Amino acid sequence: MNFKDILGLLPYSEPFIFVDQLIEVSDEGIKGKYTFPPNLPFYRGHFEGNPVTPGAILTECCAQIGVVCLGIYLMGGQFDKKTTIALTSSEMEFLIPLYPGEEVVVESKKVYFRFNKLKCKVYMRNQKGELVCNGTIAGILKTNHGR
Amino acid sequence: MENFEQLKGIVSQYLPDDVDASQIKMDSDFIQELNINSANLVDIVLDVEDAFDIRLENEDMDGMQTVTDALRIIDIKIAEK
Repeated sequence: MNFKDILGLLPYSEPFIFVDQLIEVSDEGIKGKYTFPPNLPFYRGHFEGNPVTPGAILTECCAQIGVVCLGIYLMGGQFDKKTTIALTSSEMEFLIPLYPGEEVVVESKKVYFRFNKLKCKVYMRNQKGELVCNGTIAGILKTNHGR
Repeated sequence: MENFEQLKGIVSQYLPDDVDASQIKMDSDFIQELNINSANLVDIVLDVEDAFDIRLENEDMDGMQTVTDALRIIDIKIAEK
């Protein structure tokens, strides 16, 4: 399964897709990129006159690249439109602000993928290589074939 | 009884705030009575694997609804080692 196949299976679209490109993937982890366009709607309100990317959106970006893209890869051909996906837990630390227009690299390292639950350590870095946020995110990816 | 205490120690780490460890009994149902969600049940199963040095499969997970079920499966897996 190549990068294009993985991105093609992502069940997200505008204005809630936070993955542009994948750089590396293996059974142990994944790396991907995203640039936050300054015209994303939430910047108008977070904060008024002082746009900063919300922590919830940084977490979502880490989850889409680090858990969902990796999960699609780990499931091989088993992932399709019927697959149940859900975020089950996240524990994040946010270290520096991320402003509109910045590009980030998200790196994810698999802790385990057992009984349909994928748990990962995630790291988001800005263009200078500074850590923006990091933490642990887990989700359920469950195929509904034959059940 | 020793296994029960060890299992209780693991399960108690994943209880929601409104459930006390004293409520963990032999016939407690993990999801229905102890209010443990299915995602946390996976963590319990993985901790059980480490604690008892056993490997559990999908069907073991499916059959693990109560504390008694879990202890029975743990006994079987230990015996198979």
